[in-house]
Amino acid sequence: MASVDHAEGPDLRSRLQDWLPRLVLSPSIAAVMIFVYGFIVFTIYLSFTDSKMLPSYGLVGFDNYATLFGLSAWHTALVNLAIFASLYIVICMAIGLTLAIFLDQKIRGEGVLRPIYLYPMALSFIVTGTAWKWFLDPGIGLEHTMHLWGWESFKFGWIKDRDFAIYTLVLAAVWQSSGFVMAMFLAGLRGIDNEMLKAAQIDGASNWQLYRRIVIPLLRPAFMSAFVILAHLAIKSYDLVIALTGGGPGRATELPATFMYSYTFTRNQMGVGAASAVIMLMGVAAVMVPYIYAELREKS
Amino acid sequence: MAIATQDTAVRTGRITRTFIYVVLIFFALFYLLPFFIMVINSVKPLSEITSGNMLALPQDPTFAPWASAWSTAQIGVEATGLKPYFLNSILMVVPAVAISTALGALNGYILTKWRFRGDTILFGLMLFSCFIPFQIVLIPMARILGELGLSGSLPGLILVHVVYGIGFSTLYFRNYYAAFPTELVKSAMIDGAGFFRIFWRIMLPVSGPIAVVCIIWQFTNIWNDFLFGVSFAGLSAQPMTVALNNLVQSSTGVKEYNVHFAGAILAALPTLFVYIVAGRYFVRGLMAGSVKG
Amino acid sequence: MSFLDIDNVTKSYGNVEVLHRVDIDVQEGEFLVLVGPSGCGKSTLLNMIAGLENITGGNISINGRVVNDVHPSKRNIAMVFQSYALYPNMTVGQNMTFGMEMHGIPKPERDRKLADVAKLLQIENLLDRKPGQLSGGQRQRVAMGRALVRDPDVFLFDEPLSNLDAKLRVDMRTEIKKLHQKLGTTIVYVTHDQIEALTLSTRIAVMNKGYVQQLGTAKEVYDDPANMFVASFMGSPSMNLIPAKIVEDNGALAAEITDASGRPVRLRLSRDGAGVRAHLERRVILGIRPEAITDAEGADRRASNLQVLGNDVAVTEPAGSDTFVTMTLSGKDCIARMRADAEARAGAHFDFTVNMDKAVLFDPETEERIDR
Repeated sequence: MASVDHAEGPDLRSRLQDWLPRLVLSPSIAAVMIFVYGFIVFTIYLSFTDSKMLPSYGLVGFDNYATLFGLSAWHTALVNLAIFASLYIVICMAIGLTLAIFLDQKIRGEGVLRPIYLYPMALSFIVTGTAWKWFLDPGIGLEHTMHLWGWESFKFGWIKDRDFAIYTLVLAAVWQSSGFVMAMFLAGLRGIDNEMLKAAQIDGASNWQLYRRIVIPLLRPAFMSAFVILAHLAIKSYDLVIALTGGGPGRATELPATFMYSYTFTRNQMGVGAASAVIMLMGVAAVMVPYIYAELREKS
Repeated sequence: MAIATQDTAVRTGRITRTFIYVVLIFFALFYLLPFFIMVINSVKPLSEITSGNMLALPQDPTFAPWASAWSTAQIGVEATGLKPYFLNSILMVVPAVAISTALGALNGYILTKWRFRGDTILFGLMLFSCFIPFQIVLIPMARILGELGLSGSLPGLILVHVVYGIGFSTLYFRNYYAAFPTELVKSAMIDGAGFFRIFWRIMLPVSGPIAVVCIIWQFTNIWNDFLFGVSFAGLSAQPMTVALNNLVQSSTGVKEYNVHFAGAILAALPTLFVYIVAGRYFVRGLMAGSVKG
Repeated sequence: MSFLDIDNVTKSYGNVEVLHRVDIDVQEGEFLVLVGPSGCGKSTLLNMIAGLENITGGNISINGRVVNDVHPSKRNIAMVFQSYALYPNMTVGQNMTFGMEMHGIPKPERDRKLADVAKLLQIENLLDRKPGQLSGGQRQRVAMGRALVRDPDVFLFDEPLSNLDAKLRVDMRTEIKKLHQKLGTTIVYVTHDQIEALTLSTRIAVMNKGYVQQLGTAKEVYDDPANMFVASFMGSPSMNLIPAKIVEDNGALAAEITDASGRPVRLRLSRDGAGVRAHLERRVILGIRPEAITDAEGADRRASNLQVLGNDVAVTEPAGSDTFVTMTLSGKDCIARMRADAEARAGAHFDFTVNMDKAVLFDPETEERIDR
C-alpha cells in the first residue's frame, strides 16, 4: 500500500458541510432560547420581586404567590377556568366525535358540511365574541327576537347574569373549536383499517358495540391530541373573554389570562401578575410536557 | 377537503340515517347562524336593527355601515375607520408569515435530514414553545422591544410573531420531511449537491403541500392575534383585531351594531378568504398527521 | 494491490461498537456481496464506503486513495438505493444527469452520456417521464442508469431488488449480472437474500452481529461454511443441523444420531482429521444439506461415501421440480430434497441415501467448524 496517501484530512468543504446545518439552525434556537426560555426565567424571577409598575429587583420570596392566592379575584379566575375548561373540553369532544362519526357514514353532501363545521376556526376570537355578544344580548338578540315572534315568556339573559355568564364563554368557544375537533376525529376514523370493522361485523357486533368496543378505543391518539390542544387553548383564553364579556358582569368571567393582564398592566402589580403567569405556565406544562415527551420518544 | 372517503363497513337503517342527517344539518345551522346574522344585519340601517328582528332579511339594504366601518368610524380617538389598521395587519402578517415559514422549512430540513446529537431535545424545546401561555413572556418582551427601539412599532410586532411562530412552522415541516425518504438526500450528496443545493433542488420542490398548511396556519394565527397586538402595538401600529375591539367596545355615543358587524366581517374576510381558497389543502395537510406533534 | 480496500474498519455509536474490525480487499471488476440478516452491519459498512457514515477506526481506500475524510461526491462512487431514491420533482433524464450537473460537466457531454446509458438500459422512451409515472422495474432501471452515467470507480447497491415482486426480482437479477459481465465494473452489493448473494457474487461476505463470518466465493460459502451461522443462513431450505456424537465404528470415525423411533444410527464420516478425532465420544452438530439426502436413484454418482439411512417419513411437500421430505433425526426436523417422483410417502418407512462427502461438523459450544 505504498501509494496510499494518508496526509489528506477532511477537505474544507466537508468540514463546512458538517457545521452548516447547525449554523443555519442556530438563529432559531437562539431566538427560542432567549425569547421563550430566557423570558420564562425572567418572569419567574420577577414573580419573586417587589415589581409594581416597572420591574424592580428587590426579592420578596413567595410574597407575591401568597398575595395571589389570597385574592378573591384570583380564586374566581381559577374556579371560572375549571368550569370553562372542563365544559369546553368535554362538549367540544362530544360534538366533535358525534359529528365525525355521523359524517363518516357515507353522508351525501359531506363536502359541503365539512367546511361549514370548520370555518369558525378561521375567525378571530374577537370576531366570534362580537357576533355572540350581540346574539346573546337579551335586549336585541335571541331573546328579543323570540319576543317579537310572540314567545313573550322566553328568557335568555345568561350574558348579563353573574351566575351564568361563564357558560356563554363556553358556548362561543365551543362554537369556534368543535369543528376543528371534528376534523381530528374524522381523520382518526378514516385511518382505521376497514377490514377490522368488517371482521367485527362478521363477529356479530352491532353498530353501537362496534363503535363503543372497537372504534372509540382506537381513536385514543385523536382523543389525546384533541385534549391537549383544547386544554392549552382553554388556559390561554384571553381574546374571547375581552370581546364577549370583558370579564364581566363584575368579575364573573375573569380567567387567569385576563387577571394576569389587568394586574400587570392596569393595576401595576407586576409581581403578582408575573406570579399568575407562572401558575398558568405550570398548568400548560402539566398537560403538554408528558404529551410532548411521549410523542418524541415514540418517534425516535 | 380531500380526506379520502373510505368504504365504511357500517350499515345504518333508514330511521338512523334520518336522525343522522337531522343532527348534521342542525349543527350546520348552529355554525352558520352567527355569521349569517352578522352578514344580514351589517346591511341594515340601525333603526331596522333596534326595532326589528335580527333574523329578518334587510328590508332596506344599505352598504353605508360597511363604508363607515372601513373609512369613517370612530376607532379610539380618531374617526379613521378600520382601513389603516387593516393595512397594518397586512404589513405585519406578510413578512411575519414569510420569515417564520422560511425558517420553519430550514429547521425541519435540518432536524430530519442532518440529525445530530441532541436534536430531539432542541425540537422538544421548540415544540413546547408553541404552547406556552404568552402571558409568561409579556413583561420581558415589552422591555426587550423597548431596548431594541422597536416598542409599539410594526417591526416589533413582526419580530414577536416570527419568534413565537417558529415552533409551529418547524413542527409542520419536521413532520412532513420526516416522511420524506432520507435516501434521496444521501443520493443527492453522492451526486455532489451540498446542504443548500439539496434543500433548494430536492426538498423545496416537493414542499408545496406543507408550505400551504404552514402559511395558512401562520396567517390565521398572526392575523387573528389580539394579545400581542394589544400589548405591544402603539396607536399607529395597531392590527385589525385590536382596532375592531376598540370599535365595538367604544362606550361613547350610540352603539352602531351594523357598523360593528361590518367591521367584524372585514376583520374576518382575509382569513375566511384564505380558508375558502386553500382550506382543502390545509385540512389534507393537517390530516397527514402534522397536528399530532 | 486491491481496488477497494476495507482495512480493519470499525464503527461505533457512542460506546457501542456495531462493526468489528472488518477487513475486505476487493479487486477491480469484482462483484462483492455483503449478505446477512437485518442489523448485521452490512448497510452500515456500505454507507461507510459511500461516505454517508463516518468511520470510527481503520481505513477505507478506493483506487489507492484513503477516502475516510473525503466527501461522498468526491469518492467517485455511485449508489443504487433500496427505494431507488429518484428525485420526484425531476424527469428521468434530469434524475440521471443531476450528478453530472453538480460536478459541472457541460451539457453536451451530459446528453451524450445520458443517451449512451439510456440505450444500454433500454429506457430511452422514459427520459421525459417523472418517477411517479414509472413501474417498479422501470424505476429500478433508472436508478441503475443514474449510477452508470457517473462512470464511477465503484458501484454500491443497497438491497436494490427488495422492493420488486418475485418474478421481476429474478429478471432484474439476471440483468444486473449481465451488466456486470459486460461492463466489468467493481460492485459492492448489499442484500439479505442469500439467493441473490449466491447467484450474483464473485465473492460473498456473510455478516452477522457486526462480524464478517466468512468471506469467500459462493461455492466456498455454500459447501464449506465456516460456522453454524453461515451454514444455516446460506441455502434454502437451510442446512440440517443435527445433534450427533462422534464414535469409532470398525476403525473409522462415524457420527451417531437417532432416527424417528429413537434408535441409534451411525453415519461414517468422509473426513476424519485431527479436529474431528479430538471430539471422539463428544457431542457435535452434524450439518447436512437437504440435497445431500435423497433416494438411492437421486444420489450423486461421483460421491465416495454414500450411506443408507432408514427412517419414517413425517411429511412430504411436492414443490414441482423437487419433493421436500421431512423426517425426525435426533429429535429434530430434518429435510431431504428429493426428485419429484421419489416414492417417499408420509407415515411410511423409507431408505434415504446420505452423501456424507457433503456433511460438515460443528462444535456445539463455539459453533465453529471442527473438520476443516
